[in-house]
Amino acid sequence: MTTMPFAEAVDAGLAAAMERDTRVITFGEDVRLLRRTTLVRFGPDRVLDTPISEAGFVYMGLGAAMGGLRPVVEVMLVDFLTAAWCPLVNNIAKYEAFSGGTWQVPMVIRASVGGWYGDGGQHEQTLWGSIAAIPGLKVVVPSTPADAAGLMLAAVEDESPVVYLEPKLLGEIWLDVLAGSRRPAVGFDIPADGASGDVPQPIAPTPIGEAKLRRDGGDLALISAGVGVHRALEAAERLAGSGVQAAVLDLRSIAPLDTTAILELAARTGHVVVVDEDYVRGGLTAEIAALIAEQRIDARFERVAVEQTIPFARHLEEAVLPNTDRIVAAAERCLDLQRSSA
Amino acid sequence: MRQSHKPTGPALERAYEQMARMRAVEEAQIRLWDDGLVPGELHTGIGEEGIVAGVLLNLSDTDSLALDHRPTPALVGRGVDIEGLLLEIMGHEDGINHGQGGHMHLFAREQRAAGDGMVASSGPTACGFALAARHLHPGSVAVAFFGEAATNEGYMMEAFNIASAWKLPVLFVCKNNSWSITTHSREVTGGKLIDRARSFGLATAKVDGQRVDEVQATAGRLITRMRNGKGPAFMLASCHRPQGHFTTDILVRVVRDPRAGASELAPGLLAAVRAPGGSRGDRVAGLMTLTRRLGALAVDQARGGRDPLASARRRIGGQAAARIELRVEGEVAPAERSARLRMAGAPAAPALPAAPVMPEAARASKPAMKSGGAR
Repeated sequence: MTTMPFAEAVDAGLAAAMERDTRVITFGEDVRLLRRTTLVRFGPDRVLDTPISEAGFVYMGLGAAMGGLRPVVEVMLVDFLTAAWCPLVNNIAKYEAFSGGTWQVPMVIRASVGGWYGDGGQHEQTLWGSIAAIPGLKVVVPSTPADAAGLMLAAVEDESPVVYLEPKLLGEIWLDVLAGSRRPAVGFDIPADGASGDVPQPIAPTPIGEAKLRRDGGDLALISAGVGVHRALEAAERLAGSGVQAAVLDLRSIAPLDTTAILELAARTGHVVVVDEDYVRGGLTAEIAALIAEQRIDARFERVAVEQTIPFARHLEEAVLPNTDRIVAAAERCLDLQRSSA
Repeated sequence: MRQSHKPTGPALERAYEQMARMRAVEEAQIRLWDDGLVPGELHTGIGEEGIVAGVLLNLSDTDSLALDHRPTPALVGRGVDIEGLLLEIMGHEDGINHGQGGHMHLFAREQRAAGDGMVASSGPTACGFALAARHLHPGSVAVAFFGEAATNEGYMMEAFNIASAWKLPVLFVCKNNSWSITTHSREVTGGKLIDRARSFGLATAKVDGQRVDEVQATAGRLITRMRNGKGPAFMLASCHRPQGHFTTDILVRVVRDPRAGASELAPGLLAAVRAPGGSRGDRVAGLMTLTRRLGALAVDQARGGRDPLASARRRIGGQAAARIELRVEGEVAPAERSARLRMAGAPAAPALPAAPVMPEAARASKPAMKSGGAR
């Protein structure tokens, strides 16, 4: 075990993959500076800066993967990945199916996601629900350094395209460059267990599609991913104060979903709250509700997600994101409890 | 370029005043950011004032502006309320966009100017503004401001093409500061930008963005052409980016304070270079790549003389410049003071104009935000 910060763990996972397999290369915007430790370890032939031309270089990743490399293509923020929506949705996601399974696209599309630091609605989205909706794509979101490393290694080793999304709030470098976190007068609600933690050595792949129970409890299931897991854990702690035992399930993969874990927990607790830092419409929260309904599981359901364009002002942003107050309130509604003093 | 179009005397003083006002507002923003009052990142337009002011001095009220992630100088030049701007970048509800947009996404409908954080979006958006102008305000033009890195986005090339094919009155203003975020643009750009623009059939001109008078004259010539229905144009204007990509630029930090920079970067790099990985040659090449980039930035930073304000100041004379600076400070300093007080909870001063009418969407979403998000 080595203790390391989240962002370092992502790169450690990538380095482990690059060490094992010389076909693994990485390219994207500003990658030689952002991934400078990878650059000096593996050299400029395997760590490349691209122009700001997402559609072009994401397509290039497709061709490189089809040609035999295993590219990790970094699109700085997932918001920018929308500029490459066409290659992602129409090509990368489809070629394995189109080729009748004869030509895989083993590539990773890596992007940072999420808010909680005041960067406005064009730089703080997660969009994982929209991406996960496309057949042919896997989507992973780590919430701890161990999974940051393990999921990266698994993503690179996967034969299918994997979209790897890292929450910016957990990564020191993102908060430095995008939030000016070195300023003494600014503060962020950073979950300590997400920002730094133990990473097994050697790094082992985290199975894609396998959720992890972060806290057990019999009264209520809080289901989330990324930063939401930590907010849910905080909510569970508060609920415990009023005698409610809440379980917290960390999905880790948005696609494929660990339906077994979700359904087992829903059936066992009978009360489900999905906490999602993505938009409320047509996304993860609705998907989980549908899964539960389809299996005729008798469980009450609430969701806490983003219902509007994320405002720039910090206090407005906080209110719109799935904060702990909102999670506790949803849990109390779900359980028909009187609203607590919180 | 015809020298006779260049402003002199009072006209150059007017241009200097525009630039001085823009600079003062940018510096106020940096102070507010340093004090932790501005959330997130901050991209300033310091160094671009010569280009922005030179273009804006040719525009009328019905012309439109599609701006990039450094939108404030153009908004200041269009006369947007400075206190409202400062409040907005701090996320105050009395800001020009009620704290919803922030410094990258600034919207001034009355002034027909919109800022945006998606690289290259200004190009095609300006084409749309031009199309609207052709229908609704014939003779008006649209201007797109963007950096040289944005010309590597497909959107921008698509905008060049459609503007040319449809003969839209768009002036594409490329502010060439040589850097794509923190990557040196020449490492990721093929060919010459002016050739690229020309090959799409755009009228083209190159200009030194440090010389506001030259920008004003060149842009004036291209805009007159456009107003006469002769189609779009591309103006390539060089400039310098003393603040880096944003106020948190790692390269700038390292170059400005090499010792602190080294102690920040060295441990991680040394550990990495010793870890198992590529060949010795790969590692050396990796280190050289980083060193070259820092060197390029150091050279860039050393060119402190490439300041459009300093250049204009020399020509109008210190006395005239000082008079103008005093006047500008008299506008910007009270706006900053008042904005700070209002952020700290003070009500708006009675002399200030009333907050603009809130758009329908913002009004609809307001109660949810006030309730702390609990549904």
